Amino acid sequence: MSAAAPPKIRVEGLDAWFGETHAVRDVSLDVRPLSVLAVIGPSGCGKSTFLRCLNRMHELVPGGRATGKVTLDGEDLYARGVDPVSIRRRVGMVFQRPNPFPTMTIADNVSAGLRLNGWKGRLEEIVERCLRQAALWDEVKDRLHSPATSLSGGQQQRLCIARALAVEPEVLLMDEPASALDPIATARVEELMHELKARYTIVVVTHNMQQAARVSDQTAFFYMGELVEVGDTETIFTNPREQRTEDYVTGKFG
Amino acid sequence: MRSLLLRRIRNHLMTALCGLGVLLALAPLASLLWLVVSRGLPGLSLSFFTALPTPVGEPGGGVGNAVVGTGMLVSLACLLGLPLGVGAGVFLAERGDGLFGRTVRFTAEVFSGVPSIVVGIVAYGLVVVPMHHFSALAGALALALLMVPTLSRSTEELVRLVPGSLREASLALGVPQWKTSLRIVLRTARGGIVTAALLAVARAAGETAPLLFTTLNNQYWNLRPDQPTASLTVQIFNYAISPYEDWHQKAWSAALVLLLVVGGLNLLARIAMRNSLGSHR
Repeated sequence: MSAAAPPKIRVEGLDAWFGETHAVRDVSLDVRPLSVLAVIGPSGCGKSTFLRCLNRMHELVPGGRATGKVTLDGEDLYARGVDPVSIRRRVGMVFQRPNPFPTMTIADNVSAGLRLNGWKGRLEEIVERCLRQAALWDEVKDRLHSPATSLSGGQQQRLCIARALAVEPEVLLMDEPASALDPIATARVEELMHELKARYTIVVVTHNMQQAARVSDQTAFFYMGELVEVGDTETIFTNPREQRTEDYVTGKFG
Repeated sequence: MRSLLLRRIRNHLMTALCGLGVLLALAPLASLLWLVVSRGLPGLSLSFFTALPTPVGEPGGGVGNAVVGTGMLVSLACLLGLPLGVGAGVFLAERGDGLFGRTVRFTAEVFSGVPSIVVGIVAYGLVVVPMHHFSALAGALALALLMVPTLSRSTEELVRLVPGSLREASLALGVPQWKTSLRIVLRTARGGIVTAALLAVARAAGETAPLLFTTLNNQYWNLRPDQPTASLTVQIFNYAISPYEDWHQKAWSAALVLLLVVGGLNLLARIAMRNSLGSHR
C-alpha cells in the first residue's frame, strides 16, 4: 500500500446537523482504497452520523443536513446536481441490526437491489457469487427459496452483506455490523471483512475497540462530534498523539 | 387465612360477573343470528340465488339479480375506492407530516363520521341529477366515498408499522424513494391492507341508505352500470316494508344471504390476516 495512491474517499470540512444539534464538526480525513477504516468513539460522538454522510443517508432523517466536501475518486458527492440515489449504488451500507426484507426469500433478498433497479438478466449466478462472498452459500444453498426470516441473526447479517454486495458497490459502509450478534457470528463477520477488503473499501463504525484493532488498517477516533485523531490502527492503539485518544483506547473513559 | 378465603371468594365473584357481562353482550347477537337463520332458511333454495323476483302471490322467485347487482356495485366501488384509499394511506404514512398531510388526515377523520345517507345525497347530486336517472354508477360512487376515509386511515397505520430499517435497507441499495414505498413498504404491509380492504368491502356490501336514491332498484337482470340496479340491501328493505306475508319471508331469506356474504368476507379477511402474520415470523 503506497502512500502515493490517491484516496478512495476524501472528506474535507464535513459538518452535519440534526435540527439544531451539531453532530459532526469540521471533519477531514482520507480513506485509502482497498483498506478498512474503523471509526471508534463513545456513544453519541457522531460516528454513525459521519458514516451516513458518506452515502448521503443522513439527509433522509428529518432535520438532517450536512455541509462540506466528500469526494469519491475525486468526485464530490455533495456537489450540485448529484443524485443521492446513484451515490448509494456506489456506496453500499450494512446496518447495526440485520434487516432482511421479511416478505422475500433468501435468494430474492440478495437480488433485491438489482431487481428493484430494473436490472434484467440471469440472477442465479449473481446470487450464488454474492452469497459465497458473504460466506453464507454453504449454509443456505439448499434453501434459497425459504423466507429470509428463517435464518439466525448472524446469518441474516451476512445475508444483508450479500445483498449490499449484489449491486456491486465500490465502498461498503458498516454501522456496528456485529453489535447485535453473538461472539461466534461476530468472528465470522470480522473474518469476512478481511476477505472483502481485497475488493472493496470498507468503513466500519464500532463500539468494540478490540474489533477495531483486529479488522482495520486505519482508525479514526471521534469525540463530541470532532475527529480527535486518525492514523494507522497500530499507532492509534499503541502510540497515539492525543491524550484523549490514549485515555479512550486504554479504557479510562467511554 | 381468613383474608385469603375472602380474596378467593372475591376473585370468583368478579370472574362470574365478567362472564355474565360477556353473555349479556353476546345475547342480542346470538338472537339476531338465530332469528335470521330460523326465519330465512325455510325460503332458501338454489333458485332463490338464481331466479328473478316474482310478483306478490306468485310462488318461487329469488334475488338472483340482487346478488349480481350487489356484486357489480361493490366491484365498481372497489375500482374507485381501493386505489384512492390505499394510495392516500401510503401518502399519509410516507409524506403526511406537513400541513397538507395533516389537513388530509383531519378531513378523512371527519369524513369517516359522516352518515352514509348524507354520502348518498352527495352521489345523488353528483351523478343522478346530471344523468337524469338512477344508476349503479351513482351507488358505487357513494359506496366508494364511504370506503376511502376509513381505508386510507387503516392503510396509513399499517404502513407506519413497517419498520424504518426496511426503508433504509432499500434506500441504501440505491432504490429511489417512490420505488421503496411501492415495492418494499407496501409489499411488507400487503397482508394487513388486504384485510382492511376486505373489511371495507364487507361494510360497503351491507349499506342500504346511500343506495336508496342512487341505484334505486330493478326487477330484472342488469349489468349496465348506467342503469338502475337491484341490490340485496335495497331488496330486503322493499320486501320488509311491504304488506305481503310472502315478501316478508323473502326479506328474511335475502337477509340470510346478505349475512352469508358479509360473514364470508369477514372470514376471508381473518384468513388473510393470519397468513400475513405467519409470513412475518
